[in-house]
Amino acid sequence: METLIHVNAVSKMYKRDKFEIPVLNDLTLQVPEGKFLALMGPSGSGKTTLLNLIAGIDRPTKGSISVKGTEITSLSETALAKWRANSVGFVFQFYNLIPVLTAFENVELPLILTPLSKAERKQHVETALQIVGLGDRMDHYPKQLSGGQEQRVAIARAIVTDPILIVADEPTGDLDKHSAEEILTLLERLNKEFKKTIVMVTHDPHAAAKADEVLHLEKGELA
Amino acid sequence: MKLIKLMFKNAFRHKLRSFLTIAGIAIAVIAFDILRTVVNAWDAGIEATAANRLITRQAVSFIFPLPYSYRDRIKNIEGVEQVTFATWFGGVYKDKSNFFGRLAVEAETAFDIYSEYVVPPDQLEAFKRERNSCVVGSDLVKLYGFKLGDIVRLEGDIYPGTWDFVVKGIYTPNIKNGDATQMFFHWEYVDERMKKESPFRAGEVGWYIVRIAEPNRSGDISAKIDDLFKNSSAETKTESERAFAQGFMSSVSSILTAMNVLSWVIIGIIMLVLANTMIMASRERTKEYAVMKVLGFAGKHLSWLIIGESMVIAFTGGVVGILLSFPIVQGIGEAIPKNIFPVFNLEYHILVYAFVAALLVGLISSVFPIIKALRTPIVEGFRHIG
Repeated sequence: METLIHVNAVSKMYKRDKFEIPVLNDLTLQVPEGKFLALMGPSGSGKTTLLNLIAGIDRPTKGSISVKGTEITSLSETALAKWRANSVGFVFQFYNLIPVLTAFENVELPLILTPLSKAERKQHVETALQIVGLGDRMDHYPKQLSGGQEQRVAIARAIVTDPILIVADEPTGDLDKHSAEEILTLLERLNKEFKKTIVMVTHDPHAAAKADEVLHLEKGELA
Repeated sequence: MKLIKLMFKNAFRHKLRSFLTIAGIAIAVIAFDILRTVVNAWDAGIEATAANRLITRQAVSFIFPLPYSYRDRIKNIEGVEQVTFATWFGGVYKDKSNFFGRLAVEAETAFDIYSEYVVPPDQLEAFKRERNSCVVGSDLVKLYGFKLGDIVRLEGDIYPGTWDFVVKGIYTPNIKNGDATQMFFHWEYVDERMKKESPFRAGEVGWYIVRIAEPNRSGDISAKIDDLFKNSSAETKTESERAFAQGFMSSVSSILTAMNVLSWVIIGIIMLVLANTMIMASRERTKEYAVMKVLGFAGKHLSWLIIGESMVIAFTGGVVGILLSFPIVQGIGEAIPKNIFPVFNLEYHILVYAFVAALLVGLISSVFPIIKALRTPIVEGFRHIG
């Protein structure tokens, strides 16, 4: 399998007032295309930070990251935003849907930035919502959905642009066991059936077990 | 769905807050419109002045009269086209509250010089023929129901006694801001009675109105008129009609300035209210903006979203305010006696000012939330608890 993500000697340090807090230390990692990778580790080990760096929503203090040949660490903010819109789908622990938009409109949101026509956008959104099994809830607002359904809408939003990479930060962390199982099954399906590369941060060993590979982080280094 | 739909949805996300802010903007616009209309109403007399008319009055004070004999001497000055005069009569019509301008004028020339006060030719002829006749403004007709042939009885104060005038004409101004609340009658009629009852007051006029051929020579001709009567017992002060009207208004100028300032202060206050609303809304959405950035929305998208939301509120408030201003200003105009503010209209330019001010308020109020949204890193945005 071809390598999709190259993390080269990446370090990340946060500044809190006058203190510098190291989070990642000289970390190197390759993720092959089509892999379902789980990142585990205790709180503060740097797993979410690593996920953010891979997804281009934060920048490393040192080192470089490339995704499918694009060195994202050297992109401007505007170029990085465009890259994120085209290449990455995000799934958050708390879903982060826009409360005033329906399920359909939430999933459509990333497509507003594309040159797709209204009819094309509708087709993409309906397909994404069908994949996550919410074809009949398109007009529902987030508050009218259960947690599991909200997360499925978030996954539909993540895949609607057909990204090469899906990053998920504790996607089952706020769900009951049944809903969590549904989400994990859906992620597995996206990986196996739709060949999406997935990087998932989790505390849950059961969730991690669904992945092809589990990496442990400890104090900013791979254990 | 387009970004504009999200703007509208965001603008009305907190319905009560948005409603109160819109109501605040609407009230500010109405207050602005009322204040500016009042200022305009005061200024209406100045706006209605003509550039080719000069006013010659007693140099010491407007209240002192000038001799009638000045009339021909002024007329002979080079550059003067025509001269007429007027005298403030005062008096009471039925009740002191029935206040309107009552002026003794030279019947032959008054409506030539004040050509903007249009009297039908047959009525004007009848007015000129009969010494005890008068011409009343069309607004007085509406106020008191005067009609041709009616006798208007005034109880004199400056000119004591009972005075009856027959309405022989009704004038209508043909200019914007023209005053249709005045009553004109023959100076000769008043003067004849003065000759009998108070001879020492006969032959006096209030002020002269001088029409000149070239308005750009008003300074030069004014100086010539005043030089003519220098060192006489009644020295004159001549100025343009506009300057005369402004001088007349100087006693209330500080009130008008205060009203002008107040109208803008109101706009400033509402700007702070909207800015506060936008800052609150923006702070609540810090995490949403972070999500949108993650989804690929760039700074310009978020900026338009915030500006749009602010403008939706400001625009709605502005439109509601303007729509309500019409009946409110009209109502106030009808409640205020015509003789206090002969002209009380909501002018087009006031509406434009109010609307532009509302939109500027919307624009400026979005600046700080935009800066905040753009400067907050995505990771910080996700940590925000709103």
